[in-house]
Amino acid sequence: MGSYSSHLSKIEDLQGIIQETGFSKAHICRLHDRFEELDKSNNGELSREDFQRIGELAVNPLGDRIINAFFPNAKQTLDFRSFVRILATFRPTVKDKSTNPNAPEPINSRINKMRFAFQLYDQDRDGKISREELIQVLRMMLEAQVTNDQLESITDRTIQEADLDGDGAISFEEFRKSLENINLEHKMSIRFLQ
Amino acid sequence: MYPRCCLPSLLLGSLMLLTLYSGAVVSAQVAQEQGNETTTQGNGQVRNKSIKAFPVVTIDFSHVRPPFVVALWILLASVLKLGFHFLPKLSTIVPESCLLVCVGLIVGGLLKTVGETPPILKADVFFFYLLPPIILDAGYFLPIRPFTENLGTILSFAVIGTLWNAAFVGLLLYAVCQIKGSGLEHISLLPNLLFGSIISAVDPVAVLAVFEEIHINELLHILVFGESLLNDAVTVVLYHLLEEYFHTPAIGAKDVILGILSFFVVALGGVLVGVIFGLIAAFTSRFTSRIRVIEPLFVFLYSYMAYLCSEIFHLSGIMALIACGAVMRPYVEANISHKSHTTIKYFLKMWSSVSETLIFIFLGVSTLAGEHHWDWTFISCTLMFCLVGRVLGVLGLTLILNRFRIVKLTPKDQFIISYGGLRGAIAFSLGYLLSDSFPRTLFLTAIITVIFFTVFVQGMTIRPLVELLAVKKKQESKRSINEEIHTQFLDHLLTGIEDVCGHYGHHHWKDKLNRFNKKYIKKCLITRERSKEPQLIAFYHKMEMRNAIEMVASGGLPKFPSSVSIQTVQRRGTFTERLLPTLSKEREEEVRKILRENLQKTRQRLRSYNRHTLIADPYEDQWNQMLLKRQRLRSFDPRMSVHLTVPSAARGSIPGQKLGAESDATYFESRDPTSNTPMITVDLASKEPLVAQKKDAVDREDKGIVFIAGTPVNDESGSPSQRMHRFLSDPGPDNKPDDHLQS
Repeated sequence: MGSYSSHLSKIEDLQGIIQETGFSKAHICRLHDRFEELDKSNNGELSREDFQRIGELAVNPLGDRIINAFFPNAKQTLDFRSFVRILATFRPTVKDKSTNPNAPEPINSRINKMRFAFQLYDQDRDGKISREELIQVLRMMLEAQVTNDQLESITDRTIQEADLDGDGAISFEEFRKSLENINLEHKMSIRFLQ
Repeated sequence: MYPRCCLPSLLLGSLMLLTLYSGAVVSAQVAQEQGNETTTQGNGQVRNKSIKAFPVVTIDFSHVRPPFVVALWILLASVLKLGFHFLPKLSTIVPESCLLVCVGLIVGGLLKTVGETPPILKADVFFFYLLPPIILDAGYFLPIRPFTENLGTILSFAVIGTLWNAAFVGLLLYAVCQIKGSGLEHISLLPNLLFGSIISAVDPVAVLAVFEEIHINELLHILVFGESLLNDAVTVVLYHLLEEYFHTPAIGAKDVILGILSFFVVALGGVLVGVIFGLIAAFTSRFTSRIRVIEPLFVFLYSYMAYLCSEIFHLSGIMALIACGAVMRPYVEANISHKSHTTIKYFLKMWSSVSETLIFIFLGVSTLAGEHHWDWTFISCTLMFCLVGRVLGVLGLTLILNRFRIVKLTPKDQFIISYGGLRGAIAFSLGYLLSDSFPRTLFLTAIITVIFFTVFVQGMTIRPLVELLAVKKKQESKRSINEEIHTQFLDHLLTGIEDVCGHYGHHHWKDKLNRFNKKYIKKCLITRERSKEPQLIAFYHKMEMRNAIEMVASGGLPKFPSSVSIQTVQRRGTFTERLLPTLSKEREEEVRKILRENLQKTRQRLRSYNRHTLIADPYEDQWNQMLLKRQRLRSFDPRMSVHLTVPSAARGSIPGQKLGAESDATYFESRDPTSNTPMITVDLASKEPLVAQKKDAVDREDKGIVFIAGTPVNDESGSPSQRMHRFLSDPGPDNKPDDHLQS
């Protein structure tokens, strides 16, 4: 698949990417290979169709939302740098005791992982997961095996449990609180990207 | 205060001991008497003794003896367990296992002074009757998710760790034995290795007994516990292998290869047997809807058969049991009734608890029973090598494993893992099984010493150490529906991201397995009506059931789901009186009277008593209807479903109805005008006296039908009442967190 150095030379601003995301050169190389594999039109950018061509993503209940996450703000194309940046969120977290408090938070920190997950729920980006958004997600996950009644009951129950300030929607803080028992660093990390 | 409490139990305990003692003495006497009779009959058979009057009262202990003694022992064990809980201070310092071993020692001593030989923990009894319940309990309630997530780590500790321990202890002991003047030169390499393999296995019973009391965090618990379960395969193989080798003169490379091969056969064969029986059990449970009383029996019997079948082929019985329990559980739970589920849970816990107690007591008794050969060098070296070997093994393995783990093991974790390597009764039984060509008594003494050391010293000190090191404890909170939803959500998300990366990782295969499961397996093994139910729905139903049960158990007063109630009630000052109306005494009495009368009518309808059917719980109908009503409420009135978050404006519009539909002491009219089934509507919030309301409803009634709603709700996913029925249990809510919901 081409030699190591030729790959690296194709990538613009390699150092910048390494700095920002924390990936090693080998990883970036691998991701670049994948990027090129997905990029059927060979124009150095990915489009939505390229993602939709991934077979397994089509059967994934959250497939559409994941694809949307890669194309924020109605963008239509995705360059390599943004691709890597988004995937960097799923790097396993390293507990670094000597963090510089002034340094910007690493992309794969717990908070950023949570924000990514939150944004997948919150499609209209108003900072809250409203009841309708939750119902949509549940419907996608449960794949029409449930009735509307059940969906609504579950949604109400969920919001009731998580909603602390009583506004009928789940804000980011409440989301964070309801996830505090889940080991997010473990759940949202892919070993491949270590 | 507690001296008074423990006094009765102490008295009872001593009563038991006295009974045992007297039983032993009496049996000896009876044996003597019988011996006398036969001799007199043999000698002068014609000479009848003076004609005896018909014996009105006879003592014939001998023919009851075996079951009597067994029952007495079990009773003693249970009474003691009871007694320990009356000594709270003692049970916080000393773990229960230590106390039980001490009691065993005392009882053994007593029996020895009487002159009876104390019963030894026979290997048969241990492996066939005492061990399976504990392992089945562990396997059935194994938290699958943490187990599979850490499977690699667990396997490497179990296999590589145990092999390393065995080799380390065996080889070093051999070296020690070779030292001139130790008196141990006659022990060659193989016996030492065999001894090493027996002593190196971490024991699941001991680990369970100790770790259960310290409530350590889930990761560490599953690591040590999983290791103790899975190392059985290694122990079995090593034991048989080395015993075989001892009798063969020469060992070649072929034998070594065969040994390695047999390891895989034993481990995987055991798992295969377990899986087969688990699937058969799941399939059987699909058809048990008509005779629910024997459902638990299938679970127990199939698992026990799996264990015994694997023992036929000398495969690993423990792994078979675990595989059987873990495989059958999701399907069986979807099929059986809630009552059966409770039965299974309680029976397993009860049996495993009794087994554990008996094992520890017998360990103490057997110590005094057999002969001992104490050798300072051998035993102290064994102890030292065991401890050091364990620590080195854990440290070394963690170094390698941490490169592959996402959540690394900290030094604190490593310390707990190495400290939690307790040895127990399995080592003792295996040692007991040794043939006499080995220095058996020496080995047994050494094994017992190590067991005592680990159980007493390590068992007692692990709790203060856990506190000292501030190791993370287990989270006691029940799983909320939020967590369930988010976990599934994240699973899908991660699978998607893995697909984007083109990486076939953990999530990918898990997702594939889930799909396969859903498409094919669930269809075969789960009753038709429930096979399509997604896990989230099942979880949600369980939560609702629990709430409904709590609600009725608290007397029918409105009650809210736990996590939200206090906060929301505090926030909504003005709403409080609405949300928690305090019923005046007369109203409450009226409600109770109505309920009682109608329930009585229901009970009178039962004609015959049938041992094979469970009597319909009169409360079940009530809960049924409550839940049906709640569901319909939500579908009919969107404003109702927003519960406590609805702004006050909507309040006044619906006369006589309350917001906060979670509470349901009130029964609302169905909006369906076409229904003509007789109904009783009890409207607490209305001003009319209740009795008047009830009267006109009752007039229309002919039978004692209680609180029936209109047409049943949609039937897409199976009739709700049937589903409800399955989930309802008898009153007496259990407050322990439901561990099986964590999968």
